[in-house]
Amino acid sequence: MSTAIAVDQHHGGGHHDEHHHHEHSYTGIPNKKVLMWAFLASDCMFFGTLITTYIVYHGKSLVGPYPVEILDIPITTISSFVLLMSSLLMALSVAAVNRQDLFKFRLWIFLTCVFGLIFLSFQSFEFTEFYLKGLKIQTNLFGTTFYTMTGTHGLHVALGVLWLISWFVYSFFGSMKDKATDIEVAGLYWHFVDIVWIVIFTVIYLVEFVGIGGFA
Amino acid sequence: MATHTDVVTKPGPLPELAEPGMLGPRPIAKSGIWSWLTTIDHKRIGIMYGIAALFFIVVGGIEALLIRIQLSVPNNDFLVGDLYNQMFTMHGTTMIFLGVMPLTAAFFNYVVPLQIGARDVAFPRLNTFSLWVFVAGALILNLSWFLGGAPNGAWVGYPPITSPQYNVGYNSDFWIMGLLVLGVASVAASLNFFTTIINMRAPGMTLMRMPVFVWMTLITNILILLAFPPITVALVQLLMDRSFGANFFNYANGGMPIMWQHWFWVFGHPEVYILILPPMGIVSEILPTFSRKPLFGYPLIVFSGAFIGFMGFAVWSHHMFTSGMGVVAVLAFSITTSIIAVPTGVKIFNWLGTMWGGNLRMETPMLYAVSFIAMFTIGGFSGIMHSAAAADYQQHDTYFVVAHFHYVLVGGAISGLLAGLSYWYPKITGRILNEKIGLAAFWTFFVGFNATFFPMHIIGLSGMPRRIYTYDAAMGFNFWNAFVSVSAFVLALSFLMFFYNMYYSYKHGAVAGNDPWDARTLEWSIPSPPPVYNFALTPEVTHLDDFWHKKQTGQPISSAKSELVHMPGSSYYPLVISVGFFVMSMALIYIRNHTLLSTVIAVGGFLTMLFAIYGWSLEGPGGEMLDPNKESGAYN
Repeated sequence: MSTAIAVDQHHGGGHHDEHHHHEHSYTGIPNKKVLMWAFLASDCMFFGTLITTYIVYHGKSLVGPYPVEILDIPITTISSFVLLMSSLLMALSVAAVNRQDLFKFRLWIFLTCVFGLIFLSFQSFEFTEFYLKGLKIQTNLFGTTFYTMTGTHGLHVALGVLWLISWFVYSFFGSMKDKATDIEVAGLYWHFVDIVWIVIFTVIYLVEFVGIGGFA
Repeated sequence: MATHTDVVTKPGPLPELAEPGMLGPRPIAKSGIWSWLTTIDHKRIGIMYGIAALFFIVVGGIEALLIRIQLSVPNNDFLVGDLYNQMFTMHGTTMIFLGVMPLTAAFFNYVVPLQIGARDVAFPRLNTFSLWVFVAGALILNLSWFLGGAPNGAWVGYPPITSPQYNVGYNSDFWIMGLLVLGVASVAASLNFFTTIINMRAPGMTLMRMPVFVWMTLITNILILLAFPPITVALVQLLMDRSFGANFFNYANGGMPIMWQHWFWVFGHPEVYILILPPMGIVSEILPTFSRKPLFGYPLIVFSGAFIGFMGFAVWSHHMFTSGMGVVAVLAFSITTSIIAVPTGVKIFNWLGTMWGGNLRMETPMLYAVSFIAMFTIGGFSGIMHSAAAADYQQHDTYFVVAHFHYVLVGGAISGLLAGLSYWYPKITGRILNEKIGLAAFWTFFVGFNATFFPMHIIGLSGMPRRIYTYDAAMGFNFWNAFVSVSAFVLALSFLMFFYNMYYSYKHGAVAGNDPWDARTLEWSIPSPPPVYNFALTPEVTHLDDFWHKKQTGQPISSAKSELVHMPGSSYYPLVISVGFFVMSMALIYIRNHTLLSTVIAVGGFLTMLFAIYGWSLEGPGGEMLDPNKESGAYN
């Protein structure tokens, strides 16, 4: 949205001169944003590999517990909903920082972090439950692929929370005047991590119960 | 857009020279060891990449010579068993990840910003980060020699050879962790160069006015971005198997070792193009310059490169024809592999067309470039032979394959890179390489290379398998193996001569001036070595081969009047992050047997990284304003 007019904005405005890299951009898109899009393309391949591995090994576990026995759809639906709502909050905080509405920015980004942490709490609860029910990473292929894939995703969420909470704290000490791009770039990352979860949730949880009447 | 450049248009208040950060003031030294360790100048980073790469080519070369000594006579006992496995594993890993890739990175760093008329890359500190993380990865791989044994599962690291059940030492853990760290360095560098080429071009340099080397760099870095994640995940999977008892490749619990082969080659085949596309770009710069003609079919060369990059992801299973994939898969990958030969052939004919009717000057860079075409073509032919799956069943895992990929990677990639070194050496050092020594080094290289690798076709087709440490005297391999081993030393000699020439010419070479080759691209329009700020005035590009066009039409290269240039300051943090990364990765190698101690040290390394990341983020603008009219700034 702002990229189309960025070409002109880059010449006027004090914001540019304060900028560290003194960005000159051929396309008018800020360097950081180009970098983040390229990184997300790379991360697509990363999660693509993990998800493909899960699909290929699906149904090949030699011993239980098998997915249908322990996956808890209702509870993961709640945590998935929380994570998706955090994307809405993230979008609101980007909009707020673009308006330089600092109060709203802090509110929304703080809540984004809280929702992210709620998701992570659900995940650690789930991991603990599964562990107590006898599913370890060593147990079978389901355990191996499940913990590796969802664990990697959880790590992405955790890094995102750390990143966003850093901006929340920063906003009390430093000026947010020229930081709209940085928040937007963090937002791109956050949305991507959410989108990946939609795929993972579908592949692991929903597809498992296709053709089975009623949820386990 | 058209007028805005890196050159600050109105000299506002100067930024503070050294403001305190979390580690005190930013480093401001202009010379000495700390200035190199903390530099964010793409030219210095390029030089350090280059020196590191040449060092590791020597290391990998010594490993190759040790292998050749063992194979020089039948039933030799010079280097046998596991140590031999370690030697060829490290030879391959070193040459690919620590030799050729960083040498291409050296050219990306030094040349690309100059060719697109930029002051630096898009993210200078990220560039320093890539360099030091690469060094950390190289250290991890090579420290294994002194800490219980080097990786021994070949450069492809197939389980079950690398599985915890059959490879109980730390050998493969060093390999996994080293490659993971190197992958981080490569991806970070690729994000940087992708952004640089997309966003930092001088005004008027549209995509189709970019030099071919910049194009090939762009494609290569896109390949790295898309090909490294699969190997990263595969390495993590193997690491989970080895360190935490997971079952990804454990057949006893239903895992499939073949999965590793797929992930490895989904990365591994694009990797081949990651190694060869940059030299293709280099050769595409040298041939027009030394033929004094424009590149024949510029758009075709560019699109062929892009097509090769695209198809590079569709041919991986031709490395696995003998693994029992089934007829359909073998046929599909046989066809795609044949297809990928087409754009490669297009390029070769374009290069020949460039030379055709040109005013050829056969100086060393040109000789290496022509050698690239010839040797790469031979390697390409044997590659097409492999694409016929039926024939590949006979050739698989023999010295024929070894001959094939050494023709592509040594005759091809290394020839191209030596061409680039000879070509840009005057730009980097300000002095021209001695032509007499250069010619002697080239012909020694050319003869030594062919004598080393051509006979491998013969012994390969006769049935000699790769990766075995000896052979029986009655197999009929004796003569050619002895011949190859002697020739390998001739090849090694040619590298010594090249390095001696670099040293000799640095001291005594003829002064180059801005444009010793009467060349075509922007880097030759500025002094050699370039001033620290590169271009006093950002060039305005109106044509492909803009510098050549301006020379031919008598336009001024750039006006003498120039303004203050903002130079960002050096930084400690990229180095500190990489130290933390190194500590964390080394600790994780031992987590299997020393869980508590490893975890504690790894957390320490991680916290160091975290501290430095915050220091990096909070570091102020810093830097200084340079006046190109007063300071040469040439401190390379």
